[in-house]
Amino acid sequence: MTKYVTRFGSLEHYAKGGVEIIDDDPKRYTFSNMFEVAARSKPYEKVAVGKNMQYVLEVLRAEGTSEWRAAAHDEFALVMDGEVEVRLLKLADPSVVPPGKEGSIRLRAEPTGRKMGLVRARRGHLTLLPAGAAYQFHADRPGVILLQTIAGDDTQYRWAEICQTM
Amino acid sequence: MSVQTLDVKSSGPNEHGYRSFSLGEVTFSRDEYFVYVKWPTGRHVMSADAFLRSLQRDVAWEFFYGIVNFDGVIGTVNHYGTVDLFAGRYNDAYRKAELDHVENFPTPRIKGTFAAMLDDWTSATFDPFASPHETGTAFGPKAGSNTAAVTRRRVTAKRMVGVPGDEPLRSDATGHPINRHFLDVPQDEPTILAEPGFEGQVCAFSLFAYLSRSNVTWNPSVVSVCKNSLYCPTTEEYILPIIHGNDRVEWFVQLSDEIYWDVEDRDTGAVRAKVVMKPGDVAAMPADIRHQGYSPKRAMLLVWENGSPDIPALIASGKAPTNPVSF
Repeated sequence: MTKYVTRFGSLEHYAKGGVEIIDDDPKRYTFSNMFEVAARSKPYEKVAVGKNMQYVLEVLRAEGTSEWRAAAHDEFALVMDGEVEVRLLKLADPSVVPPGKEGSIRLRAEPTGRKMGLVRARRGHLTLLPAGAAYQFHADRPGVILLQTIAGDDTQYRWAEICQTM
Repeated sequence: MSVQTLDVKSSGPNEHGYRSFSLGEVTFSRDEYFVYVKWPTGRHVMSADAFLRSLQRDVAWEFFYGIVNFDGVIGTVNHYGTVDLFAGRYNDAYRKAELDHVENFPTPRIKGTFAAMLDDWTSATFDPFASPHETGTAFGPKAGSNTAAVTRRRVTAKRMVGVPGDEPLRSDATGHPINRHFLDVPQDEPTILAEPGFEGQVCAFSLFAYLSRSNVTWNPSVVSVCKNSLYCPTTEEYILPIIHGNDRVEWFVQLSDEIYWDVEDRDTGAVRAKVVMKPGDVAAMPADIRHQGYSPKRAMLLVWENGSPDIPALIASGKAPTNPVSF
């Protein structure tokens, strides 16, 4: 009986595919690899690897403790490598995030409010970052988060650096 | 004998036990091996298994986003309320010979006919959603039915799978054993420590364990929702039964293993590119192409969609680009 091996990627071990162009422009495919992006990123930089109108997929290198952030809409953090602690706090003053604001905003310090709890997420775990709640990430060792969110003030665009162009 | 219900026109069973169906000027019939499609200016033959796998996706996805090509000749275009049924419309040779054909139907009518055809033509031995190794034959005279398989409910989370009141997790108890290709996928769930009063508001689940228990292939289902941003992961094995023509930019994130994609011009079928995706790779499918995937081992693919109903009109009018980004 065949023993099947499921292959995932990681910061330490990833192999990149690619686009073989027959009659097109490779830039149209916006091809990148999230582990390569995270390997070249500073901790918790929000680097877009996907964009669909106002929506983005951001790759975050999880390492150490992040700033506190909050959004007016739900976001979702998928851990693709490592173990990440997600700390959640119900904002005492929800108006720190303007209603209708798209993307998350950086909070200057640990916000005031009630602790909601925490999630310890490992590879493949998807965590809800609820609208109106502040969140902070912590990782003892480098990891990778793929964030489903909306483009915000701190979204970084590095398409020419991260995407296949030839 | 002709059978006609409110929306479905069909004949009685032929010598192989299968009914024939008609939609406008297009007729569909099958025998032990093949499906025959006829329209006023042409006819087409498909292998019954390939046809049923395509038909299954079209019905289950409510005609999905854009174009569902069953092959290089026939398919459907979703106008979100009505659906075009076409033959040769997105095939350069048929277009030049003026042998192509298009008819538009209200969605309930074409869906009713397609669902009836799928149910009648799928025997008890065949599951169109399963990989070839996991199902019996689609061929031969009609032998029973597999209604439970062809009417599976598509998972569409409202917020996130596992959130109280939303789509449930999968387990042996829910009838979702771990797939034979994913027996090595860890099944641990995240550790959730909710403070008193916040039980049910601190939510997380193992997406990879969830996907390892998927009992269908090439069937994106919604697991998390950020307004119109939809995470639609799916498990892929063998060949995507349809060639998906985009009406908006679509993104792929390879979560595990490897998939090969053929990319063609959406309207003519001219080859544009080949894409190889490995774990961690992210790629866009522009809004003017069509694509078909090949997955040698069951793989986890995150399909990321923008479900906004405004996008097709914006792209068609030139107000939105067919490329995801410019750089």
